[in-house]
Amino acid sequence: MNPPENANDKFAIEIDGLECRYGDRVVLEGVSFAVKRGEIFFIIGGNGCGKSTLLRHLIGLRMPARGTVRYSGRDFTHAEPRERQALLRTFGVLYQGGALWSSMTLHENVALPLELYTDLPEKDRAEVVALKLAQVGLAGYGDYFPGELSGGMQRRAGLARALALDPDIVFFDEPSAGLDPVTSLKLDELVQQIHATLGTTIVIVSHELASIFGIAHRVVMLDRDARGVIAEGDPCALRDGSDNPRVREFLNRRSGAVPAEGSK
Amino acid sequence: MSENKPQARAEAVREGDTLVVHVGGEWKITNPRPAWTSLVEGETVKRIRLIADQLDGWDSSLALFIREARAWSEAQGAAFVLEGLPAGAERLAQLLAQKPAKPPAQPHGLPDLFAVVGQATFKLWVEVKDIAWLVGECAFSGGRFFRGRAQFRWSDCVVEMQQCGAMVLPIVGLISFLVGIIMAYQGAVQLRQFGADVYVADLVGLSVVREMGPMMAAIVLAGRTGAAFAATLATMKANEEIDALETLGVSPIDFLVMPRMTALFLMMPLLAIYSNFLGILGGMLISWTILDIPTSLYWTETKSIIDLSDLSTGLIKAATFGVIIGLSGCLRGLKSDRSAAGVGQAATSAVVSGILLIIVSDAIYAVIFNSLGW
Ligand SMILES: Nc1ncnc2c1ncn2[C@@H]1O[C@H](COP(=O)(O)OP(=O)(O)OP(=O)(O)O)[C@@H](O)[C@H]1O
Ligand SMILES: [Mg+2]
Repeated sequence: MNPPENANDKFAIEIDGLECRYGDRVVLEGVSFAVKRGEIFFIIGGNGCGKSTLLRHLIGLRMPARGTVRYSGRDFTHAEPRERQALLRTFGVLYQGGALWSSMTLHENVALPLELYTDLPEKDRAEVVALKLAQVGLAGYGDYFPGELSGGMQRRAGLARALALDPDIVFFDEPSAGLDPVTSLKLDELVQQIHATLGTTIVIVSHELASIFGIAHRVVMLDRDARGVIAEGDPCALRDGSDNPRVREFLNRRSGAVPAEGSK
Repeated sequence: MSENKPQARAEAVREGDTLVVHVGGEWKITNPRPAWTSLVEGETVKRIRLIADQLDGWDSSLALFIREARAWSEAQGAAFVLEGLPAGAERLAQLLAQKPAKPPAQPHGLPDLFAVVGQATFKLWVEVKDIAWLVGECAFSGGRFFRGRAQFRWSDCVVEMQQCGAMVLPIVGLISFLVGIIMAYQGAVQLRQFGADVYVADLVGLSVVREMGPMMAAIVLAGRTGAAFAATLATMKANEEIDALETLGVSPIDFLVMPRMTALFLMMPLLAIYSNFLGILGGMLISWTILDIPTSLYWTETKSIIDLSDLSTGLIKAATFGVIIGLSGCLRGLKSDRSAAGVGQAATSAVVSGILLIIVSDAIYAVIFNSLGW
């Protein structure tokens, strides 16, 4: 949203030589790619290849063993606490189940980031919250508790909260998991709409082929055996012309793309 | 219909070296089936022919039977031949016959003493580190709070205060009152033998104010509030709600732990005073009804024996217990597994470790106050 400050700023996120591990177990190593500003970017791959792991490292919930993550050219991994706080505020995250705070109403959920990080008076805040809820099609649901909503509504409410501070980047963890095809299509449309109105950079972890071909500008594909990125680019081009058979098979929904679970 | 189909049956006929087994009827896993071992009891043969010529129906139970038969004949060193088995049943039996690639790991004998001691020590070390981590984080958070930079919401704190203050008044009151009655009753029986009835007031007053009041309040809160904290935080962790706070740049310590700790720290001494009062009231009731001590005398006696140092030791303990309950509840919640079982475990261990630490700290305080002469 901010005008580019320098040439480096073309990229919203740059990932350089990232290594992710749990204890001694290396899940990903040498992962490098970059997400352009204003792009809808997908991280795809079979079950257990480390998509969620990568996401947790990108948003700072886990420290990478090696490598750096930069947002708009600013180092996030080695940032001072204050700088880190500032960078955290430039992105929103939509968690897999919505992760709404269950003891608060939808209104309070969306209002909390505004309350903490803006000086808006109570009345303006309420208006912004109403706007965000309307944006995701939940106008009038402000007084509901998360437990009183269906899974799809919770997902959308989570999106409203992720958008509360008008972030430059929004991360989605498996947005369509557990949604019916029509609802997940609607969610895709919502994503496109937000992208079009706010120019937000969007990073989605998913293996929903329909969404990938529907809205992705670019994808990276991770692989469990390679422990890293095996393909990067336009999804349709990769489907038809990747030199890696695994990538073609995954995108064409044929078996053989994903190594059997539990195999070494 | 299936009711009038014949039951599963198997008959063995010996023909020279060969045992011929005919199976038939309806084989269902929910119905009884013949056991192979009783069929071939005491037989020694070179060959087994299993003929399935009168089958009305079959399922996995037939496959189990065939597996048993095959295992037995292998043990006997006899050849095993299957005849007339439906193709599906044959495939099922083959799946069962496949040996697992790896033999199941032998259960270990008695675990090595050194290993057990080592593991227990390591676990203890990890727990000590966790407690130190949380205490340190809370200290930092307290520092931020006093500089006005903590993301601490008084509204949350007030809600928690209500939960661990006002809402527990009935149960804490009842328990303290009954404890007062019990102590007065026990004391009265002994003291009456010496004609020292009035000292019941001293006995009840001192033990309630110094020990039982804070302790009863703490134990009720450990069971109620400590478990609730652990379960709430563990559920929030399992639902990624805590992750959502962290990515918003909000410290879960400031936002979730500190309001709860503050609420307990402030409420516990108040609850202890309330509990003291009701305990003394219980003692008074018994003295009045059973020992015929006038309530005014009882009250004067109580006032003369309890001084400020007794009251303050009780209150210092109560505040400490509050911190302990909060720490163990929040720690178990924050460090729980992200699963339903993790939530249950967190709640249980919060109560157990909370009560344990309360008793331990009470013992430590007993030594300290004794040496200070309070
Ligand atoms: N907390 C953890 N501790 C240890 N290992 C973990 C942990 N979380 C994930 N892993 C391991 O890391 C690997 C990658 O897991 P991850 O959850 O990132 O996969 P994924 O690509 O998101 O899969 P899915 O599509 O099924 O969600 C897996 O092999 C998993 O066993
Ligand atoms: Mg995942």
